[in-house]
Amino acid sequence: MNPTRKRRLTIVVSVLAAAAVAIGLTVFALQQNMNYLFTPSQVQSGEASAYKTFRLGGMVKAGSIQRASDSLKVTFTVIDAGGAMPVEYTGILPDLFRDNQSVIATGHMDNARFIATEVLAKHDETYMPKELKDAMAKAHEGKKVDGAAAQDNKPGAPQP
Amino acid sequence: MSDWIPLWLHKLGSPPVFYRFAGALRPWMLALALLLGAVALYGGLVLAPADYQQGDAYRIIFIHVPSAWMSLFIYGVMAVASFIALVWRIKLAEVVAMESAPVGACFTFITLVTGSLWGKPMWGTWWTWDARLTSELVLLFLYLGVIGLYHAFEDRRQGARAAAFLAIVGIINVPIVHFSVNWWNTLHQGSTVRILGPSKMSGDMLWPLLTMMAATKFYYLASLFGRIRADLLAMESGKDWVRQIAAREEAR
Repeated sequence: MNPTRKRRLTIVVSVLAAAAVAIGLTVFALQQNMNYLFTPSQVQSGEASAYKTFRLGGMVKAGSIQRASDSLKVTFTVIDAGGAMPVEYTGILPDLFRDNQSVIATGHMDNARFIATEVLAKHDETYMPKELKDAMAKAHEGKKVDGAAAQDNKPGAPQP
Repeated sequence: MSDWIPLWLHKLGSPPVFYRFAGALRPWMLALALLLGAVALYGGLVLAPADYQQGDAYRIIFIHVPSAWMSLFIYGVMAVASFIALVWRIKLAEVVAMESAPVGACFTFITLVTGSLWGKPMWGTWWTWDARLTSELVLLFLYLGVIGLYHAFEDRRQGARAAAFLAIVGIINVPIVHFSVNWWNTLHQGSTVRILGPSKMSGDMLWPLLTMMAATKFYYLASLFGRIRADLLAMESGKDWVRQIAAREEAR
């Protein structure tokens, strides 16, 4: 490689390296601020206390959805692995909103309750036909039933 | 010149040779793109079953995801060509980089629009400032910046060099777009199709998606070749080989 090309190569590579370091440091510094949402356990441990308005993300607890009969008010509980948070929302919910669905709610805390102004549904990266999902659910149920049956049998089994 | 590059590759770098090469290949690329695109659309819109969660609405994935892949892929091509153009000053590399930018910008725009149309019914919003959506928007601005900078100079080659610098620095955004869903909590879900490990999509939905990916690749090549040919003619308009082509066209 001749000297001119070598010099150009050095310039290009060093500019690229400098830009990569600058952006890398920026992204690293923003790591905390760039979090789109807080989970219920993060909120309960006080991580979101610096924010008046923030996003709460988690799963809708099965059976926790309660709709008011005379208005669009809905209350439900958002859970994650280590926490639960009651949420209140008035308005129209997205199509995917249902039990066990991941949701992201924007709003603020009011005592121990989260008052949402917007509720978004998150979906996972899995795509499959309904029949396959049903078959899988059935297989899963079957296992559970077998397991329960096995447990039921235990008391009757002869004790050693 | 370095002797590890084969002779035919050197020859391909010369404008008249590449002009003929691209002209011969372009119809095949276009035909393959149309054929594969039609097969993929039929497979995706008619044959593939509805999704268990999203019903028929998920079918926009067959446009959205291949476009998103192309927006990143073309940026990669543009950055590599820019790098070669800056260090070795090969005219063809400049042309490849600068003619890739508008195609990539279109794919990025399609990605953003289809994503928005998909987001409203499923998520409940047209737009949100999460890491994936924001970094993809930055990608569109980078493409527009490269196109703008290229055209801001009186001298084309000077403009190409300035724009190539921007293209190279902007490559840092490409891994950010790709990994944004892993690095941060985002509204956008993670990757469905994986190179390592099994994809999270059933096979009868996956094949149209991959076919569409191939179709978009061929479309990009066909479009790029057409643009490069026009650009080479304009750039070398005083040269002998262009005069010959012009004379032949006139004689017809």
